[in-house]
Amino acid sequence: MSMPRFLVEGMLKGPLAERPPEPMSFAELGAEFETAVQRKLGRSLSIRQVDAGSCNACELEIHALGNAYYDLERFGLRFVASPRHAVVLLVTGPVTLNMREALERTYAATPGPKWVVAAGGCAIDGGLFADGYACAGGVADVIPVDIRIPGCPPTPIALLAGLLALLNGGKPLRGG
Amino acid sequence: MSWPRHLVDAAGWSGAIEALAAGRRTLAGLWGEPGLVHMATHADGEGAILSTPCPNGAYRSVSAWHAPAIRLERALFDLHGLRPDGALDKRPWLDHGRWTLRHPLGEALAATGPVPYPFLASEGENLHQIPVGPVHAGVIEPGHFRFTAAGETVVRLEERLGYVHRGLEGRLAGADLDRAAKLAGRASGDSTVAYAIAFARSAEDALGIEAPARAQWLRALMAELERLANHLGDIGAICNDAAFSLMHAHCGALREQVLRAAESAFGHRLMMDRVIPGGVAADITPEGARGIQALLRHIRDRLPRLVELYDDTASLQDRTVGTGRVSPELAARFGAGGFVGRASGRSFDARKAFPYAPYDVLNFGIRAREDGDVNARVWIRIEEVRESLGLVEQILDRLPSPPVHLGPPAGTGEGNALVESFRGDLFVWLRLAGGRVERAYLRDASWFQWPLLEAAIENNIVADFPLCNKSFNCSYAGVDL
Repeated sequence: MSMPRFLVEGMLKGPLAERPPEPMSFAELGAEFETAVQRKLGRSLSIRQVDAGSCNACELEIHALGNAYYDLERFGLRFVASPRHAVVLLVTGPVTLNMREALERTYAATPGPKWVVAAGGCAIDGGLFADGYACAGGVADVIPVDIRIPGCPPTPIALLAGLLALLNGGKPLRGG
Repeated sequence: MSWPRHLVDAAGWSGAIEALAAGRRTLAGLWGEPGLVHMATHADGEGAILSTPCPNGAYRSVSAWHAPAIRLERALFDLHGLRPDGALDKRPWLDHGRWTLRHPLGEALAATGPVPYPFLASEGENLHQIPVGPVHAGVIEPGHFRFTAAGETVVRLEERLGYVHRGLEGRLAGADLDRAAKLAGRASGDSTVAYAIAFARSAEDALGIEAPARAQWLRALMAELERLANHLGDIGAICNDAAFSLMHAHCGALREQVLRAAESAFGHRLMMDRVIPGGVAADITPEGARGIQALLRHIRDRLPRLVELYDDTASLQDRTVGTGRVSPELAARFGAGGFVGRASGRSFDARKAFPYAPYDVLNFGIRAREDGDVNARVWIRIEEVRESLGLVEQILDRLPSPPVHLGPPAGTGEGNALVESFRGDLFVWLRLAGGRVERAYLRDASWFQWPLLEAAIENNIVADFPLCNKSFNCSYAGVDL
């Protein structure tokens, strides 16, 4: 009879979800556009995540966005299973040459308008793996990048602040 | 203490292969250098490394007699161009024909471009193939799975990996210790602490030094926090792959609390770059230690109820019991480490078999079961969470006094280490020259677990693959490097 207890407790206790971070400014994110994105996006973002060569630390923190503390779906952010359903590609890792074609094809399969977020030091400039026989470099060396979220790996707060900036066009959140 | 390395001739090499094939020793690693192949094996808490020269660029195949070596030999050929004579599977493994050159760590040749990759055949009526990946539906690492199914039933699964090969071993060659430790800590991000410990201990072994006692205890504290975070997260994620999101939500919250405690104690959620050759980068903060004490109390309060929830939910058990079974014979033959091995009767744990400080003086148990299914792997991980909680408590109670770091000298030598990551034992071997890495080899626990996943899914339905896969949670980055 443990499940009913969890469910009752869940109703009586407050949510674990925390106050969201202020969105980063476009300058902090190295944004390569100036127009207010949210007019095109409305109030939601469908995100297709692509690991193009990450050590999987970035994936762990991207996963954490879904836990009860960050609860990204309350902002209209959600991960989708296909690039066909996505408006944002969230790409991690130095792009390995073995993943280059898969990334290019995922980008091509994503309908426009679309934005590319490079998450983590490796995705921004290849990090410790820049150049060499197996890597193409940062994501921008393969497909156009719109914003960059730094960190090794970026914390869930940094990821949230970066994604919220896309949603809010670089303006502060209302209501918090 | 370093495993001795012997140079052997063809007869000595064949003798070692025979010992592996007969199950008298377990394979711990197989790697190359220009003109030389090395093999690490162990039995009864005693490890050894054998090296054999490769006249005409060839050596006697290990995999022809001992299947666990198949992918190691294929990777070795791709990186070094050294041919395993007599090997049955000569397909490339890491090299997809897309690198700028071939055999980057050996006598490099010009790249020839992608070639078709023939998957293993399945024969029978009404079989169909399902290709999956490298880009998957969820937030996971890239790899390709080729299913052959008869209706819903999987007849054969073949994995093709290598997509996240970043050239890590090539990067390590020539790197100074600081940079090399950072690189090793990014072999597989979920095991960054375990890799950093294995690298640091190998380097210290090569230099004939030891990290200060307090540093060794803090390393173990970080390693157990890493184990807790991964096990808690994965127990929930396995249940989620059986569509039971309640466990996932609660386990995810516990995992987050472990990471926050780690950040407060050590300044980084995953504790990256905190373990360095010579000790640890910084001492634990006083508030961090109190935070971990509070975390222990909280998990001990929550865990029994989550375990009860898992055990009580018949619809969940219906998915996990009997699914994705690995036989004890197969686990023993492959020397599968971690919860994959322990759920199938192989009770090996590097913390016990090759005890390193401070595990030699800490009380903890290693449990094994024989049933080998998804349920068994979940239970092993639940029991490991309990043991890790006890270990963290003992470490905090008995932390030796500072210092936490002694600068390593710029020396020369060889060293190795076998460290228990949350996934199982990982092996590192390296040679230093003048304070720089000349050659380093990292072997993830997943090398001997991925092949068992192919066996586990046989005769299960396609829809149970995510569940089986998550119950293994093998590393892609850790084997692709």
